[in-house]
Amino acid sequence: MIRVPRSRMATLLSGLVAAGFLSACGGGGAAKPTATVIQNKGSDTMVNVAQRWAEEYRKVAPDVEVEVSGGGSGVGIAALLKGAIDVANASRELKPSEAEQAVRNTGKQPKGFTVGFDALAVYVHKDNPLSEITLGELGELYAEGGKTTRWSELGVKIPGVSDDTIVRVSRQSSSGTYEFFREHALGNRDFRLGSRDLNGSKEAVELVGSTLTAIGYSGMGYATPAVKMLKVAKAKGEPAISPGVASVHDKSYPLARSLHLYTLGEPQGALKAYIDWVLSDAGQKIVEDSGYVPLSRGAAPKP
Amino acid sequence: MSPDAPKDSARFPRPQRPRFAVALEHALEALIRLSGVSAILFVAAIFFFVLREAAPVLVRDEFSLAQFLFSSDWYPTSANNVRYGTLALTVGTFSVTALAMALAVPFGVGAAIYLSEFCVPRVRETLKVTIELLSAIPSVVWGFVGLTVMSKLIVDTTGAPVGVNILNGGIILALMSVPVIVSIGEDALKAVPDSYREAGIALGATRWQLVYRVLLPAARNGLLAAVLLGVGRAVGETMAVLMATGHAVHIPSSLLDSVRTLTANIAAELGEAPAGSDHYRVLFLTGTLLFLITFAVNLTADFVVRGIRRK
Repeated sequence: MIRVPRSRMATLLSGLVAAGFLSACGGGGAAKPTATVIQNKGSDTMVNVAQRWAEEYRKVAPDVEVEVSGGGSGVGIAALLKGAIDVANASRELKPSEAEQAVRNTGKQPKGFTVGFDALAVYVHKDNPLSEITLGELGELYAEGGKTTRWSELGVKIPGVSDDTIVRVSRQSSSGTYEFFREHALGNRDFRLGSRDLNGSKEAVELVGSTLTAIGYSGMGYATPAVKMLKVAKAKGEPAISPGVASVHDKSYPLARSLHLYTLGEPQGALKAYIDWVLSDAGQKIVEDSGYVPLSRGAAPKP
Repeated sequence: MSPDAPKDSARFPRPQRPRFAVALEHALEALIRLSGVSAILFVAAIFFFVLREAAPVLVRDEFSLAQFLFSSDWYPTSANNVRYGTLALTVGTFSVTALAMALAVPFGVGAAIYLSEFCVPRVRETLKVTIELLSAIPSVVWGFVGLTVMSKLIVDTTGAPVGVNILNGGIILALMSVPVIVSIGEDALKAVPDSYREAGIALGATRWQLVYRVLLPAARNGLLAAVLLGVGRAVGETMAVLMATGHAVHIPSSLLDSVRTLTANIAAELGEAPAGSDHYRVLFLTGTLLFLITFAVNLTADFVVRGIRRK
């Protein structure tokens, strides 16, 4: 039984307590520390929703504090593999090599929970007349060896611009969004070098919003009035689908992805309670409010 | 204290300082010597540990040093063809630094000449305090300035599509290196003996002729050292260039292109690279490369400074 007084000491030790609690009291079940901190890190796409979860969860369980930070899915997963945090947010799936490394470092198998969905939207400036794009065109634009460098090559005339060179906005390579885009829009080909690689979903959308000739990609929750989301078609001739709740659920939007939480081993105690809450109606409501797509009714968490 | 101490002092009856004072002096001397040597130890240790983290990748078959140095393909996380070429990053570092120096050297040296030769003492004190304040601004704040104020200004005046680019980074770095150049340059000019000035004036030289014909040649080494220290500052700067240069890996063709520098690349990618992976080791190798560049610059500056002292 671990009892920690609510004091500064508790805050200092709570990381340890949380870890110790999980391993030492796993069988006990009855143990309940009075103050627990859950360290949560990872995806920039999910950082907004994770922060809202943390704030709301404090009202539900005042004795549990969830500390959220971003950095990218890769950063969160790297920290989880070292055992430095309790939960990693990831907008991509854990790779088999990463799971192996977690077992090697900590002796525990990472466990994933799908907590919502996101559509990766392709953004252009609001004054750009383009309204839809195919995955093939995105590949020509973004992938290594691609030929498209000017808007006129896509048949687009941007008003009031003399130099219509396309400004490609991309993400830093630790971003789950970057990897998802590479996998699903570029078919795992490499990015063509020379894109502006920004450190954050919001920053990418902002740059597109302030640059007439830019194109970029980011979670659909980050849309602003200055940008326009393009409809995306799988190939030429196929219908172009705009990102949204319905098109994500029926999987017709080609760049939809699931959002995950990863823990080391089966979560226990306060951590389990938190994840259960995230998957509950209250947690899913926050997913929806943040501009993402909640789990459809009756969807079971990913095994 | 040894038991035969009184006997010693009886045999040598000249006045002696208390033993503890002597011992304290020796201890202090040893301590000071240690702090002097420790700087060398630290530099050597840092170099050793950075290189040790990087070394295993050097012997990997997949890794080629020629590619690392001379290829501009930087694909550390590629799914099917990982390539570690840092040429674009090195070019990025040098292009931003070169622009920064092109802007900072005339201003820095000019300000140093003005401070040391032309201005009245009261103005000088105010200016010196202000310039020192300039060097106290944290680099992340400079980054903000680049990202917001400067980037808008550049888009409005040049019509560039994106305001974070070489020009932006170069201006920010110039602003950061000017204080270094001014304070060391001023010292160098001050170190020129007054007899030179008096001789110049006695020969009927104007103030400008004095500066141009006498002081600049005499203080040449010191001014060069000031510039090289400014270069060192610019090459090693991370946060401001990370924010102001646009973070695009490619070899730039104009001042309005975005680039990525060696330092910014390490800062942006080290967090995600799993410890012990090739990517992680290559980033450390990049650190070693950076270390060698700044080391070479500082060493040159040092030799030059020693050149002045010998005169």
